[in-house]
Amino acid sequence: MMAELSFLLDVTRQLLGGLPLTIELVTVSVAAGALLAVAMALARSASRLAAVIVSFYVFVFRGSPLLLQMFFIYYGLGQFAVVRESFAWPALRDPTFCAILSLALNTAAYTSEILRGGLASVPAGAIEAGRAVGMSRGLLLRRVVLPLAIRQALPAYSNELIEMVKSTSLASIVTLMEVSGIAYALVSATYRAIEVLSCAGAIYLVLIVLLTRGVGWVENWLSPAGSRA
Amino acid sequence: MGSTLRLVGFGPTGWGGTLLEGAAVTLALSICAYLLGLALGALCAWGRLSGGRAVRGTIDVYTTVLRGVPDLLVIYLFYFGGGQMIGAIAHLFGATGFFGLNGFMVGTIAIGLVTGAYQTEVLRGGYLAIPKGEIEAARAIGMGRLLMLRRIIAPRALRFALPGMGNVWQQVLKESALVSVTGLAELMRQVNVASGSTQLPFDFTIAGFVLYLALATVSGGVFMGVERRLAHGERMARRQRA
Repeated sequence: MMAELSFLLDVTRQLLGGLPLTIELVTVSVAAGALLAVAMALARSASRLAAVIVSFYVFVFRGSPLLLQMFFIYYGLGQFAVVRESFAWPALRDPTFCAILSLALNTAAYTSEILRGGLASVPAGAIEAGRAVGMSRGLLLRRVVLPLAIRQALPAYSNELIEMVKSTSLASIVTLMEVSGIAYALVSATYRAIEVLSCAGAIYLVLIVLLTRGVGWVENWLSPAGSRA
Repeated sequence: MGSTLRLVGFGPTGWGGTLLEGAAVTLALSICAYLLGLALGALCAWGRLSGGRAVRGTIDVYTTVLRGVPDLLVIYLFYFGGGQMIGAIAHLFGATGFFGLNGFMVGTIAIGLVTGAYQTEVLRGGYLAIPKGEIEAARAIGMGRLLMLRRIIAPRALRFALPGMGNVWQQVLKESALVSVTGLAELMRQVNVASGSTQLPFDFTIAGFVLYLALATVSGGVFMGVERRLAHGERMARRQRA
């Protein structure tokens, strides 16, 4: 019993060593993905051609498995000598960079759809009212459109963030030693899959519960005082 | 360009047949996992809506855990964990060594369990979207529970839940790629094998994109067709009212 407990503690300690990398993968790719999504939302409303390109991008990245996207970036691009000799090669050879790039491109596609939904939900009357009192474009965006759109989009974005935390586990397949990568190595070393994977699952679960709490707090903060739960 | 076509085509040097077989396995795996998830989801939605406290608590834990743990770990758990358990049992009978499980079975169970958790929420939402009056009306004219389920609740809840069910299907299709880690010869695995043996990963990942997108688009169309069919009655009613 004691030996069992100390084994579990030891496994958890080793798995936690991968937590910083997991968190790095999530934060960097979510931040980059969000920026890209905003850029795509702006481009969509700027020109017809850009709108077509963005929708094709969204179609491809939402319709295919993330694992395939990761393989494409990590292995696929390196097929060409042009890429291998270019300035980007040191980055594209690095599995961490490739994992972050594919996670960011993937989440950008989902986030841009969520953003589009949020923007579409802003009532035309609210925008008209803002214009009627003489708000400038920037002020209107900052005071009326964005707060309403973000509040509307937040529950869906919270789900996307959860998906992202779970998706980082795929980075282990391109050799990264984040929580899942370490779990895989420990399973191979100890042959005690059930214990090791349960510990790893618990780490992700705690991470996601904390994240959900955090987003719930932001949601509450953005809601008008009267509708607070 | 010509060489790429020959490569992913069906000739003697082509991998087209292999890729298509992979796509067929992906489709079969996805359908099996989806059906398992649907059955689990229906059962759990029922339990959540009308079960006692213990049942609801258990289902809550199931949906929270399976939606909060990476699918890859769930697949590993069944693949290696299942092997570990069978190995332990075999050990009692004197056998030794590592026991691998069938990738198709592992994938079906793992993805079925994960999507069952999502499906529970989708179906529960579908039920809750039925206007209370319809259920009261069915009760008022003396429908039995089963008849009510068959005539009112199931068709109505299904209609409300269908968009969500379509999303879960798309999710299953993409998640099935993770089962490639068990060595099951589905599409992702075949892309991998072909990339490795030809040293042309670019061409084959592109072929993979095309096949996955085709699977997603065609099956998405099927869901949309069913949705339109189910909405038919409502359109007719609206037209009559107008």
